[in-house]
Amino acid sequence: MNTPKIEVAALKKQFGDHVVLRDINLKIDPGAVVALIGPSGSGKSTLLRCLNLLVVPNGGRIRIGSDAFDFDGAKAMPKPKAQAKFRSNTGMVFQHFNLFPHMTVLQNVMEGPVSAKNMHKGEAEAIARRLLAKVGLADKADAFPNRLSGGQKQRVAIARALAMEPEVMLFDEATSALDPELVSEVLSVMRDLAAEGMTMIIVTHEIAFAREVADRVVFMRDGVIVEEGPAREVIDNPRQEATRSFLSHFHTRN
Amino acid sequence: MYTFNYDILWGYRWLFLNGTLVTIGLTIGIIVLGLLLGLIAGLAQLSRFAVLRWVSWLYIELFRCTPLLVQLLWFYYALPILVGIQIDAVTASVLTLSLYGGSFYAEVIRGGVVSIEPGQTEAGLALGMTPARVMRRIVLPQAVKRMIPPLMNQSIIQFKNTSLVSVVAVPDLLYQGQVAATDTFRPLEVYSIVALIYFVVLVPLTAVVKRAERKLQVSH
Repeated sequence: MNTPKIEVAALKKQFGDHVVLRDINLKIDPGAVVALIGPSGSGKSTLLRCLNLLVVPNGGRIRIGSDAFDFDGAKAMPKPKAQAKFRSNTGMVFQHFNLFPHMTVLQNVMEGPVSAKNMHKGEAEAIARRLLAKVGLADKADAFPNRLSGGQKQRVAIARALAMEPEVMLFDEATSALDPELVSEVLSVMRDLAAEGMTMIIVTHEIAFAREVADRVVFMRDGVIVEEGPAREVIDNPRQEATRSFLSHFHTRN
Repeated sequence: MYTFNYDILWGYRWLFLNGTLVTIGLTIGIIVLGLLLGLIAGLAQLSRFAVLRWVSWLYIELFRCTPLLVQLLWFYYALPILVGIQIDAVTASVLTLSLYGGSFYAEVIRGGVVSIEPGQTEAGLALGMTPARVMRRIVLPQAVKRMIPPLMNQSIIQFKNTSLVSVVAVPDLLYQGQVAATDTFRPLEVYSIVALIYFVVLVPLTAVVKRAERKLQVSH
């Protein structure tokens, strides 16, 4: 048995009196694709953002690869440099893309290696062009983001995250802001990535996609993991009433 | 009926030119220094260290909420007593006007930075950049665009504010005007010319600001 790539133990997060994550324990194997599903407000996005320290947990422990952090409400946060190093090992794709509008597509993808890894520009450019070709946007290298469609923007955002050569990719509702006809081009890039063996955590409402691409599905509600298991098992035959009720809102055609 | 006599002003042309150059030089100095102070104070307002936030808040409010003329007199007449060093009029003027301008610039700069969507900072941090890098590479380049019109407006006000330094005998345009007016007993002509010179210098600058604002609207 492999050691898990990601280990989350007793993770807690609250905003003021509002508890968002109660006691999250999760292990994810290298190369696994995990879909995080659940109603809005269930804490799935917060959990994802905790994994990247964009939200600082109040308690528990997170390990990704060889980097680990213990969180204890009383203790000071790790230094910005240590946080940055931790984050550089995880790629994050946001619902609203968050591309840098003052940079071209190529510069967006080069920014991570150049600014966070101090990589030489020539080397970073070669990586960026290779990744843009991979997501099918080699011809858009010199365009500015405002010239792209939503689907193209999200593919650039994926290339930008990949440029850091992370061990793990996190997708936060990557297709929720897209027009329906643009969803498939982004999902297809994610599918390719999964097939290459990237470890991925996907917060999504695309239940059919989760069923097809994910190895495991984690269903969350009210800050706890309600049910977890192989994707098809959880989606086709949920054991918990809460999972059943949530999934009944989706029409998954098998 | 008063008869205008603008001819006698011709004899003072070098005085006016000199005063104008001093005013322009002073303005450039206090804009550069003021922007530097404003950048430091504006970013300190956004710091995660409470001490920095508190100190910059105190500085900004102290200089925004007291009259510039009072500050100038205080720096020229009162500060030397406090620190025991004589401060010449130009130094006191540059110091006061820069600190005063900086307090307004700081608010513009802070406002520009917070107007950038948090998603931009998050995207930079998520790539593994340090917060300082994110500020320099991602947030500031975008924020500066939005800051330029209000910063230019504040700088135009600063240009006019330099006229106050005449009270501590810095030989700026207004001070030289006062000299000429006393010499000639012709305050009407002299102060009209002085006003005209300020006007002629500033009108093209306001046109530049207007254009910058329009260009900015197009690019968003």
